[in-house]
Order: sequence, then C-alpha cells, then structure tokens
Amino acid sequence: MVRLTIHDLHKKLINKEISAQELTTAIIKHKEKVEPEIGSYLSDDHEQALITAALVDEKIARGEKIAPLAGIAGAIKDNICIKGKSATCASKMLENYISPYDATVIKKLKDNDFISLGKLNMDEFAMGGSTETSAFKKTKNPWDVERVPGGSSGGSAAAVASGTAVWTLGSDTGGSIRQPASFCGVVGLKPTYGLVSRYGLIAFASSLDQIGPITNDVTDAALVLNAISGHDSNDSTSIPGKRPDYIKALVADVKGLNVGIPKEFFSKGLHPDVKLAMDKAIKTYEELGANIVEVSLPNVVHGISSYYIIAPAEASSNLARYDGVSYGLRIPADNLVEMTTKTRTAGFGDEVKRRILLGTYVLSSGYYDAYYLKAMKVRSLIKQEFDAAFEKVDFMLTPTAPNAAYKLGEKINDPLAMYMEDMCTIPVNLAGLPGISIPAGFDSNGMPIGLQLLGPALGESMILRAAYTFEQAHPEYSKVAKFGEVNI
Amino acid sequence: MKYETVVGLEVHTELKTKSKIFCGCTTEFGGEQNTHVCPVCLGLPGVLPVLNERVVEYAIRVGLALNCEILPFSKFDRKNYFYPDLPKDWQTSQYDLPICLNGYLDIHVNGETKRIRINRIHMEEDAGKLVHDGNTISTSNSSNVDYNRTGVPLLEIVSEPDIRSGEEAKAYLEKLKTILKYLDVSDCRMEEGSLRCDANISIRLMGETKLGTKTEIKNMNSFSGVQKGIEYEALRQAELLEDGEAVVQETRTWDDSKGMTLSMRKKEQENDYRYFPEPDLMPIITSTEKVEAIRATLPELADAKVKRFVENYGLTLTEADILTSLRETADYLDSAVKAGAEPKSVSNWMLGDMSKMVNEANITFDQAPIKPEQLAGMIALIDKGTISGKIAKHVITKMWETGKNAEVVVEEEGLVQITDEGAIEVIVIKIIDANPKSVEDYKSGKGKAIGFLVGQIMKETKGRANPGVVNQLLVKHLQNK
Repeated sequence: MVRLTIHDLHKKLINKEISAQELTTAIIKHKEKVEPEIGSYLSDDHEQALITAALVDEKIARGEKIAPLAGIAGAIKDNICIKGKSATCASKMLENYISPYDATVIKKLKDNDFISLGKLNMDEFAMGGSTETSAFKKTKNPWDVERVPGGSSGGSAAAVASGTAVWTLGSDTGGSIRQPASFCGVVGLKPTYGLVSRYGLIAFASSLDQIGPITNDVTDAALVLNAISGHDSNDSTSIPGKRPDYIKALVADVKGLNVGIPKEFFSKGLHPDVKLAMDKAIKTYEELGANIVEVSLPNVVHGISSYYIIAPAEASSNLARYDGVSYGLRIPADNLVEMTTKTRTAGFGDEVKRRILLGTYVLSSGYYDAYYLKAMKVRSLIKQEFDAAFEKVDFMLTPTAPNAAYKLGEKINDPLAMYMEDMCTIPVNLAGLPGISIPAGFDSNGMPIGLQLLGPALGESMILRAAYTFEQAHPEYSKVAKFGEVNI
Repeated sequence: MKYETVVGLEVHTELKTKSKIFCGCTTEFGGEQNTHVCPVCLGLPGVLPVLNERVVEYAIRVGLALNCEILPFSKFDRKNYFYPDLPKDWQTSQYDLPICLNGYLDIHVNGETKRIRINRIHMEEDAGKLVHDGNTISTSNSSNVDYNRTGVPLLEIVSEPDIRSGEEAKAYLEKLKTILKYLDVSDCRMEEGSLRCDANISIRLMGETKLGTKTEIKNMNSFSGVQKGIEYEALRQAELLEDGEAVVQETRTWDDSKGMTLSMRKKEQENDYRYFPEPDLMPIITSTEKVEAIRATLPELADAKVKRFVENYGLTLTEADILTSLRETADYLDSAVKAGAEPKSVSNWMLGDMSKMVNEANITFDQAPIKPEQLAGMIALIDKGTISGKIAKHVITKMWETGKNAEVVVEEEGLVQITDEGAIEVIVIKIIDANPKSVEDYKSGKGKAIGFLVGQIMKETKGRANPGVVNQLLVKHLQNK
C-alpha cells in the first residue's frame, strides 16, 4: 500500500482515472470507518466537499486546467477561520463560534478549488504537545491508538496518517506542526515567520505562530506551500515579495552541501532509539555526498525557558478578548467583572489558564524586565547564533522530538515534562526560521521517529531539497499505518 | 497668593483621516450603531492590524508644529486592560518610544507670552462607546456597545506641568486647537468628543520647587469647563492644606452643573497595563528626508502669522491673535492686503462689521459672500473719499446680501459722497437759518447742538455729505452768527 498523495491523485484526476466526486466519496467512506477510533475531526463539511468536487469534475470535463490541490480532500486545523464554518480552537470558549470571514490561506485555497472535509482537533488554543488539552476529545495516534498523536496539530497529523485527509493545514508556535508530524510518521513543515499570512489564524503567540502543511510526502508539502504562501497586505508581519515555486526545489541531490549538526540538540535527553535513527540519518547524508559539519548554538539551551515566557506573555494578551462581551461563551452574571470571570473560568481549560497566568505574571510591573525583556534578549541571541551558523552550513539536521509518541495520559499531569518535549522545535520558532519534519524510521515499539531539517530564513527551497533527497533514499520510512490504508 | 497652582494637561484629539488607524473602516462621526465596523476593529478571533500611514503623517505634522523631536525609531505597544468598549481588551498605543518628544507651544495671557513645554505626543486607537439604558452607568441595568468609534486614530498630547492657572489652561487649549485646525488634522470639537482634555493638578507653596500631590480631573467637556475645573480644584486643595489635611492622589470628575470636582469611586488598585511591544505591527521608521518632506507641506502657522501681522502689518498683538485664530480668517486678511488694501483698515472692518455677519451666519471667512478683493475695493472707495466710513457700513451690508462689488452698490443707490464745498455750504446755510434755537444753544455753550445741526445736514444730503467738510463749514458759519 502506498500513501495517497496530492501529486498522484492529481494525475489520476486529469487522466480521468477517477473523478473528484468518486475520490472524495471514497475518502469520506474511509473517514466514517476510521474516525470513531482516531477522532481527528471536530466538525465535518462533507456536503460542501462534494459540491466542490462536482465543480472540479465539471472543470475537468470542460478541459480546463485545474490546480494541483483541486478536488483532493484536505482538512483544516480548527484555529484557522473559514467563513461560515465553526472555529472552536478546541475550546469551550469558542464552541459555538462561527467565523464571518476567511483566513487569507483559505481564500488562496478556495482559488485553488480546495476541498476541506472538516475542522481538525487540536490542543486548546494551540497550547499543548499532545492534543490532550482539547476540550472536546482526544485524538489517537494512528500507529497505536493508546498513544498521543502529538500536538497541538494532533488532528492534522493523525488525519493524514489515518487516510481521512490527503493533506491538512496545521499551525506551529513551538513545534505544533513538526512534532505531531514526527509522532504520526508524516511530513510537517513550518515556514519562515512571515512567509505565510497569519490573517485568520486565531492567535496564540503573535511573534511565533505560523501556518503550514502536513502531508504524506515532501512533494505534497511543496504543493501546499505553493498554494498558501505569499505576501498578504492584511498581515503587517508578512514578508514582502514573490515566493519561489517550491516544486522546483525537489531535486534529489545534496552533493557538496554542508549539513550542520548542532550539538545542543543531541543532549542526553534523547531517547536511544531516536539517537540511533539520527546517527543513521547523518550517515545517509554523508553517503549521499553532503559534508557533515558540527556546529554549536550555545544559547539554544535557554530556548524552552525563553519560549515559555514569551509565548504565554503574548497569549495572555491575545486571549484577553474572550471576555463574554461580544462573541464566544458568556456566563451571565450580575456585574461585568463577575461575568468575565465566570466566563473565562468556565471557557478555558487548565493549560490555557496556566499559560495566561504565567504570561500575565511575566508582563506585570516589576517583573517585565527580569522575565519578558530578558527572554526577548535571549531570543535575539539565539537568532544571531543560528544566523552565524548558517554562514557555514546550508541546512541543519536535528531530531524533531526527543522521543517517539508516548502513551495518552502519561505526561498531561506533568506540564514541565510536556514542555521539555519541545526542546528541538522551539528554538526554530524563536529564530523565525523554517523547519520540516520527515519520517526517519521507527522506534522499538514501531512508533515513527521524525527528522528535523532547518534552514536559514526563506530557506524553504533548501530544506525541501534536503528532505526530498532523504525521502527518496528511504522509501521504507514512508510506509502506511494500518488505519491509513484507503481503498480508492 | 500663598499657593501656586501646577497643571499638566493631557489632550486627546481624534484625527480626521478618512479611515481608521488599523483598518479601512470610515472614521465618520455618527452613523447607525455598529455599521462602521469590520472584523479587524471588532477584534474578532484571527484578525491583524494594518497601520494607516496617514495617521503617522498627521502625527509628524502636529509634532513639527509643536516644535517636537520626531523619533527616527518609534513603535506601538499594547496597553492591556479589560473593558467592554475595548474589543481586544487591549488598546494599541505607544509607551516608551512615542512618535514625538520634547516640544512646546507659546500662549499669550495678560499681554505676556508664556511657553508651555510638551512632553510627548503619541498615536493610539480609540475605544468604542458604551450606551447605557439609563442616564448614567450607575442608574442602568444594561449597556450596549457601539463599536463605530473603535480604531478611530487618536493623538495624545501631554504637556509638562508648566501651566499655572485655569486661564493659562484655556489659552493652551485654544492655541492647540488653532494649531490642529491650521494643520487640518482634527475638527477639535469637544462636544463631539474629537477633542478631550484631562488635567493633572497639584498645588505648592510659592517658591517651592517640589511638586505637591496631584489629582487627575476628568470629564471637563468644554474649554471654560477646564478653566473652572482647575480653579475649583486648586481652591479645594488649598483648603485641604489650610485645614492641615493632605491631598489624596486620586481621579476626580468635574461636575459642571454643580461646579465642583467629585471623587470617582476609588479603583481597588492602580491599573497595571503590562505594556509590551505590539508584535503584530512593524516599528515606525522615520527618516530625516521624510520629516523634511512633511515639514515642507506645513502651512504658515499661527505664531508666524501673528509675528508677521504685528511686524509687517502694524496690528496689535490682540488683533493679530484674533485674526489668526482660524487659518481661514488669516488667509482672508492676507488676500485683502494683497488686493491693495491697508492692513489696519482690513483688520478694522474684519473685526467689526464683518465678524458680526460671519458669526451670525455661523460660517468662516472663506465662506463669506464678500470676497477679500471686494472688501479691498470698498476700502479703496473710502480712501478715495467716494464714500464716508458711515456710508460704507451700509454698503458692506448690501455687499453681503447681494454679493455685488462696492462700486456697483454705490452706483445703484446713488451713495457717492458729496465733497463739493459749494454744494455743502448751501445746505449748511439753509440748515442754520432753519434752526435758530440750535444756533442759540450752540452760542450759549451747548456743544450738543452742533451734533443736531450736523444730523440735519446729513439728513438733507441723505448721509452723503463729507462729514469733515460739513463740520468745517458749519463751524465757520456759526462763528459768523
């Protein structure tokens, strides 16, 4: 069984081997079978999906050119706004919220005749690394339903791995695309900060959030990135200028490239199976003709502490708007303060509350300098170190996560242990750099292990090339999970 | 006076850009509730701000007009607090790197010029409006929020505590309003809320340099309200100190109907706004080229005009102040002078008859039906002796009503002045002969009698006789009697 990919299915569509409606129906059928076990979705949109599929079929019948994504079922993380559809962020606070506008990435996808089968489960307000903080349901890892899919884009990764979507969009603030991709054995890409518009992404941490694709292979990631990236005048942090065609980066050749191995990412916290997989991966690149270069990013060890000051600080402000006044949950009370207090108490889960409290604290008078300001300075140092290292290397290789997926319930009561899971992904967000996670083998329990490739700012083409090369060299890592076996 | 009043003013002005500071919604005042809104200014989940560059341009214009330093690197910050008229529960404002710093403006009080320093000017967004179902917040059961005003751009202008009286405060506000209107960046209507003023006021013993405990006074909704509020509060604080009590640092509201300040319910704690740099907006980089380009577009400001009117036109400071309070008025005067009229004459006519008509019609000088060139034309007729000053008062009214030139009015109504001595002498003799009693009265020392005779002569000539000639001939003939 091979994985469903956009590029294969697109060929089948234009060759009329299958119609978009047939394809969509087949995936929906599979979804109905698999979802009760995996639980990637919070809401479904099958009717609209079939309508769009029919429109795509009409275009094909007329001989019109269709976009690569057209008619191929995807799904969207529930913190990305689609006009007229719910956007819950997996929170009671927005349980009944319907967005009146489209996110920019959605507008772009609509121009591509995209199909969404529904909105995907996540950690509440994107705060978490296992999708266990969702207020509505837990998503299971398709490789072992007793394990977490990772987070916060757990639904996005699990849907792709279980074949209930060919591709999905996730969001990544400290690793939330890459880590679940790694846990679910699929590809996840976080773009350079500012490459993809954040307009319509319900904010968690403004200076860290990015939207990105989760797909079955690197080619699909490039296709989705082509569709969603671009300057957006609605987003003041959007990088100006045209984006390259990321498909052109897909060349299986790393000869002569310098691969940086940042030693701080290979500390004793790594599970031995992950260490083994990384050693093998480094060997692969060496055999393929790349030069392995050891680099050091000393301040990266402060990544988690600065992140867990900066992100909660921004979140405490971004989530202040949920006050029961004009949208979302409202618990009525006799006065304003009581109403807002009761609403936020009932509407937010524990992890969200924890981070709002943390964030409020580090911004408060008397603490701002010692915490927030200090963390921002450390962040600058981390970025400077990355920039300096990229003068010497073309891309870097690290594990995506220190271990493969752990069991549900194992870490949820130990927030700090949960936070440590992000040690390899967080520094990349702090530096605003692009990162991709690709399958790199399995641990002794058969759980997927992910390899992370990092590039300099706007280095998507480089990391896609490095990822594609590795993927071509190791087709065995792209095997299909049992749940992901779809009959088309 | 035992105590010195020390006042700093915080003025907020709404900028009259076409659209809001962070989105494309209109800034128009009024409008049906919640119709000038969009996802961005409603603070819906997922939205982002985009800075309206015109707001920055206006801020720099004001900064230059107030002699400020324009910061080459400035940024926005989030001011975080919960209130229902604030959709995101933060206000995007500027904290430690405001767009302008360290300026001043000069006021004229009691014939003296005084400099009031400006600490800073910064940009921020306005909040929405709460509409209570009762009359006030405390007598209401519920409130509705109108978000039309959310995101309207504001400039906050903070003065140093250089103001020493309610009168100076009023002069400061009037001057500020003049400048803002000259720059055409704001309507400055306190009644509409496009200009708001809070005062920080403390008192101290004369000669003392340390500042006393200050109170903040809010809700002064007119310039005179500001003056009265400050005067009341200074007195209140003085009485407290005289009684051996201390001034409590608090926010008080001005109650105009009662003529006093009242303590607002004390907040449990001072708001900690947890300011941090706004991550959704880029910093504002302003090059010296940009500043100079904006400076080049500034109109001649009031102060420069006053100087010119006094030095070049010979007007008094008071006259110049009034004639420059609105740009339209000053421009009118300049145009009339350019058309050839004597500045002092133009000033007199503008301050006198024309002001009356302009005010009655509730317009500005640029909208007057008499154009500056036409006023100059009328003044020329007076100078030539074609009409007297008195006749001119009638002519100008007619010009206003009809829009016709002075010459045309004079021609149509036959108002040309009679200056021919011979013709006037005939009438003088006639009137003297017809009024023997007045002649008697004049001879016995009653000076008023001559006025009566002049009046009769004027009546006979329908006001057209040259008064100077009349007087001269009348006196001559009376002496001969």
